Amino acid sequence: MKDPKKDNAPADRGPVFTKEMRATHTILVPDMLPVHFKLLIGVLNNYGYHLELLQNGGQAVKDRGLESVHNDTCYPALLVVGQFLDALDSGRYDPDKVALVITQTGGGCRASNYIHLLRKAMKKAYPQVPIISLNFTGLEKCEGFQITPPILLKLLYCVLYGDLLLSLYNQTRPYETEKGGAERVLDACVERLLKAFRSGSFLRYGHWCRELLKAFAALPRTGEKKPKVGIVGEIYVKYSPLANNHLEDFLLAEGCEPVLPGLLDFCLYCIVNGIVDGELYDFKNARTRLSRLGYRIILRMQKKMNRLIRRQGVFEPLHEFDELRKEADKLLNQGVKMGEGWLIPAEMGLLCRTGAENVVITQPFGCLPNHIVAKGMMRRVKECYPNANLVAVDYDPGATRVNLENRIKLMLSNIRRPKSPAEEGGAAGERAAGEKSKPEEAAGGTLPKAAAQTAPPPAEASAPEREECAEAAAGRERGQI
Amino acid sequence: MSNEQRHYELGVDVGSTTVKCALLEGDQVIWSRYERHFSRVRETVRQQLETVFSSFPGKYRLAMTGSAGLGLSEQAGLPFVQEVFSASLAVRALYPDADCAVELGGEDAKILFLTHGIEQRMNGSCAGGTGAFLDQMATLLKVSTEELDRLAEGAEKKYPIASRCGVFAKSDIQPLLNQGARKEDIAASIFQAVVDQTVSGLAQGRKIEGKVLFLGGPLSFLKSLRKAFTDTLKLSPEQAVFPTLGPLFMAYGAALYAGANAPLLSGEDLLEKLDRAAPSGFAGRGEPLFESEEDYQAFCDRHRQADLRRRPLKDYAGEAFLGVDAGSTTTKLVLVSEAGELLYDYYGDNLGRPLDVVADQLKQIYAQAGPGLRIASSAVTGYGEDLIKNGLRLDSGVVETVAHFLAARSFCPEVDFIIDIGGQDIKCFKIKNGAVDSIMLNEACSSGCGSFLQTFASALGLSIAEFSALGLFARHPVELGSRCTVFMNSSVKQAQKEGAGVDDISAGLSVSVVKNAIYKVIRARSPKELGKNVVVQGGTFLNDAVLRAFEREMGREVLRPACAGLMGALGAALYAKEHRPARSSLMGATELESFGYRSRAVNCQGCTARCLLTVLSFTDGRKLISGNRCERGGGGEAKALPDLYEWKNRRLRELRQPPGEKIRVGIPMVLNFYEQLPLWNAFFEDLGMTTVLSPPSSRELYARGQHTIPSDTVCYPAKLVHGHVLSLMPEVDFLFYPCESYNLDEGKTANHYNCPVVAYYPELLKANVEGLADKLVAPYLDLNRPAHVARRMAECLKKYGVTKKEAERALEKGFQALEDYHAALRAEGQRMIAEARARDLPIIVLLGRPYHPDPEINHSIDKLINSLGAAVLSEDAVFTLADPPDLKVLNQWTYHARMYRAAAFAATQPDMEVVQLVSFGCGIDAITSDEIRSVMEGAGRLYTQLKIDEVSNLGAARIRLRSLLAAVGRG
Repeated sequence: MKDPKKDNAPADRGPVFTKEMRATHTILVPDMLPVHFKLLIGVLNNYGYHLELLQNGGQAVKDRGLESVHNDTCYPALLVVGQFLDALDSGRYDPDKVALVITQTGGGCRASNYIHLLRKAMKKAYPQVPIISLNFTGLEKCEGFQITPPILLKLLYCVLYGDLLLSLYNQTRPYETEKGGAERVLDACVERLLKAFRSGSFLRYGHWCRELLKAFAALPRTGEKKPKVGIVGEIYVKYSPLANNHLEDFLLAEGCEPVLPGLLDFCLYCIVNGIVDGELYDFKNARTRLSRLGYRIILRMQKKMNRLIRRQGVFEPLHEFDELRKEADKLLNQGVKMGEGWLIPAEMGLLCRTGAENVVITQPFGCLPNHIVAKGMMRRVKECYPNANLVAVDYDPGATRVNLENRIKLMLSNIRRPKSPAEEGGAAGERAAGEKSKPEEAAGGTLPKAAAQTAPPPAEASAPEREECAEAAAGRERGQI
Repeated sequence: MSNEQRHYELGVDVGSTTVKCALLEGDQVIWSRYERHFSRVRETVRQQLETVFSSFPGKYRLAMTGSAGLGLSEQAGLPFVQEVFSASLAVRALYPDADCAVELGGEDAKILFLTHGIEQRMNGSCAGGTGAFLDQMATLLKVSTEELDRLAEGAEKKYPIASRCGVFAKSDIQPLLNQGARKEDIAASIFQAVVDQTVSGLAQGRKIEGKVLFLGGPLSFLKSLRKAFTDTLKLSPEQAVFPTLGPLFMAYGAALYAGANAPLLSGEDLLEKLDRAAPSGFAGRGEPLFESEEDYQAFCDRHRQADLRRRPLKDYAGEAFLGVDAGSTTTKLVLVSEAGELLYDYYGDNLGRPLDVVADQLKQIYAQAGPGLRIASSAVTGYGEDLIKNGLRLDSGVVETVAHFLAARSFCPEVDFIIDIGGQDIKCFKIKNGAVDSIMLNEACSSGCGSFLQTFASALGLSIAEFSALGLFARHPVELGSRCTVFMNSSVKQAQKEGAGVDDISAGLSVSVVKNAIYKVIRARSPKELGKNVVVQGGTFLNDAVLRAFEREMGREVLRPACAGLMGALGAALYAKEHRPARSSLMGATELESFGYRSRAVNCQGCTARCLLTVLSFTDGRKLISGNRCERGGGGEAKALPDLYEWKNRRLRELRQPPGEKIRVGIPMVLNFYEQLPLWNAFFEDLGMTTVLSPPSSRELYARGQHTIPSDTVCYPAKLVHGHVLSLMPEVDFLFYPCESYNLDEGKTANHYNCPVVAYYPELLKANVEGLADKLVAPYLDLNRPAHVARRMAECLKKYGVTKKEAERALEKGFQALEDYHAALRAEGQRMIAEARARDLPIIVLLGRPYHPDPEINHSIDKLINSLGAAVLSEDAVFTLADPPDLKVLNQWTYHARMYRAAAFAATQPDMEVVQLVSFGCGIDAITSDEIRSVMEGAGRLYTQLKIDEVSNLGAARIRLRSLLAAVGRG
């Protein structure tokens, strides 16, 4: 990857966030990953910043976005800009004492331009508000807001702990006997972790992983088995409840267990892209070497977390990034690195392989990379995992909840049931009769009953199919990379 | 058995337009009903249930299904089953040997694949091809759906009609109607469009074959639709099954589901539950349009002030001026006196026969006029301009924007902003220094706003005026968002679900039309940007609810002339008055008596574009050809004006090599190959291989690959790739199509990416085109690193004995060829500029991508520009002449960086104008277009954008280009 030529980036960056502003300004953070961001904000606030997570939503946010950015721009940009403007309009903040922060990942997708679209919109409405780019690629530097190595280290731990919390929370909530129990544990864990970040004990990685596992395992569980539904997609829509109409809650209400892959995978994806570029385009530089080192260390931490999860034996482990890469090799080249790139199909594949063959693919309407990596890869994923039950959902300010939920419900109604003997024989009349004879059996649960009847059977492709995939993957490696 | 012990299964399918009910005892359907609900969902369901309960006393297991059933069942606490799932239950029960089922409903379309891996699909939120689409199209043709069905039986040929979404189809059909194409042919084309949509949009790569069931209302009732399906899918009568239960399948499935899953309840209990599903009353959040009758009265009085003086036609003697506005759905006509008084006016539907309507009105005028009247000059504007002007020999034609401006100025000399919302288009323009400055038209995606009100009104059995008036005093107008009408449809559905009344919906739709105009078409950040003196016009503004909503949103009072619907015609009349010929050529009364015509459709043989022409033969022997994009098709000689797009196409096609006994390398002529072809052609030639190019793009080629397109919202240039690749596969030893994250680094930018679609399309092809993976050589290349490219190419061509050394040498040749091509392109650009200047031609620099010269992508826009008397240049010929301008966004895509620089260059050249070509669905252009606009406007220049898609309707493009040339005094 070539370093961006900084002198050619847009010159006009509006007001700068200065060191002095740390004391006077509140930095607003858009709502994307509630759990992770709470930790992250806590950490940064220990360094003298004052960050605040925005949680305003509703039609006003969409309307402000529509007014302020080109309507064909992706939904995340529209929502982030709309959420900032709506917050400033609310009167809760003094516009002279507020700054905004937004992440900037870089890359060939439109997302690298979100910050510039935000600046354009702000220039019209609140020209005095400084806008900070949170990036790790040196796209923009900001004097008053710097990610120093100690902060970076803590952010890494935020992501690790955040991923674990999110996963445990999602694995607990569907089965809690007392409503709100999982949330209570989550909040308590966040508090404890924030203290640990203040005291420095956050570095006791194994200890904290075990503590979090213990805390969630202590909650009584119903013992039901619910079908797992994975969520993949464009990163903002995938995680942000504002963007995906509270998809996790919806799936939960439909009697499913939502499975949300972690944020660390996306971070590693970004790091690995530099390495893969080097391999594909035959170059090496200081950055690729540094990336390799960072990659190895972080991957080791991810694996350690999973070892601890397995040892405890209560919860399913998280995805491991090297497994995701193997999965990607079956489906496409890892050179597809714009947007969420190859990570999306890889996550689909790994979800299928780990018992969540039902997957919602979330994406903003008209998302460019997702033409390739989401809708474009569904067929390929199904070739490798014939039981994959996928639905791609386009989020958009004009799309109604009812329409989107209807599409997801279609996917849910396809959740695999074991074949009854009647069905095997193809005699459908018998089958209908068979169904009628066992209504009591299906009476529990809120899910479309047919789906709730049994837990999903093992999801892996049968042996010959697997071979076919492996062969295809090998073919890719051999000839065409 | 006593009645109390009788048990029934009841399935209720509540769709977007109908309620279907099926009552089962055992597995026998003993009662069913199919009924339109006209948005009165709960009431209709209740009525049907009451009938069931009184006729078949007993206990029931009930389940609901259908898009509108979801909300209702949730509120009522009744079991719900997803409609596709219920359909599959029914299919499995009744036709266990079916391979596939196609179900078309009111607003949904679904496919169930039942064998070889069960799959169920339904249409996305941006898809037409459904019952509602057919209703809309029937309305457009002024027939009922049944008549549409009958008409199609008499078809002689089919026109290509965009099948993706109703709005697109409309813009294909309207010009056909205006050109006088036969209704029978259009009807058949509409049904074909539905089939294409289903096959490409839903099946997405899976073939529909074997025993196929066709379900749902439209497929049960419309014979022509059935025929179109069986013909297209090549199904034998045994394979295509149209069950008598077709429309009831989902209700039947729901009943089966109910039998297994629903609790047994009494009729009273069920009705009670249904009644409990009272409207939540949450839907309406908007402010009422008018607080009181007095408010409304004051509003009406204010607007009554702007009006024309009238004078009876029969009393007038002297010169008069005729203006005609042949709009897309309506025809408007006025006759004004020397002093500007209105002598005669007409506003009515064009009935799909605009020429007849105008001829009739002209006869009326001649019949009513006094002896002293002389029509001294006449002019026509609007979509049907050519047709009317030639058919009835009017003196001049004028572009709509200019006509509207002339009319608005006669009411408000200070006017600085005009907005016209017609049946199908929104036109807005700013006026600066007495000329039309910037024009905003609705692009294909959001068009149809006025006619959307119309369609919705007729769905409720009301006229548009009645429907709109309902909203005047609505207490809680619903909020429907401001996007394309297809989305609005589902918003309306949602509002109904939440219990909104028709009045609230009507008011909400009026507000949406306005919001759509302001935020989507004009894209005003705040209404204040628009101007101080705003004149509104067009038929849609005759509805007070729309006008009020507009004033609300603007926060200021605007001027609506009482003849708001006639402004285009009035403007044409004023134009006629200003451009008075020595003697008017308008057809006289006697000649009119014998006036008649016949229309016929043919394909032009002039060039590869093979435009579909409509030929009108008049009774007096004249002929009019329309639908042509260049002079050649119109019967004239092609005028050779500088056209760099043409040059590029020719130059690239000349690279084709003679076939021989060599290894054949397939190169699809798509996307970045439009630039890199010289490189790879020379490269493979040097290696002793021969390149085989895919045939020129065409609609047929597109159709060939359509079934392998996984994402129907990707841009048209990308969708075309599939056809190219499929046509090459059998012809070649291997296909070469590299993935390129990075494009050429041409400096002065933050980065040099390709757009994600261009960069990785081969990956998508590999995953979706059967059998391609074995034939595709798709290495990842970064052309800025020649050593790496050579190494990679040698690796992937090892099988053909290519060594690294050979690859290096060939690549050197390749890069040289690319450089030569670029140099030749720039030199030709300079030559054309010089020629244009010598001939005093205005120059239009098209800002697009290297692949935009493909005539199937740009719909021969270059020829259109030439026919308007301007030279055509492309961005890549001139961008090196200027540095990148100051931008507010990240300049990181190579092709887009060229556009910025070309714009910066053109802005310094007084005789150059820029026109940006934007492919529909290009997300990156959402960013670049705003920037290029500000580059141009910052230099005090005009910015024009043309959105292009698979729809080959150049109507909007023509208006923009003509207005642009008119604004710079070259029109």
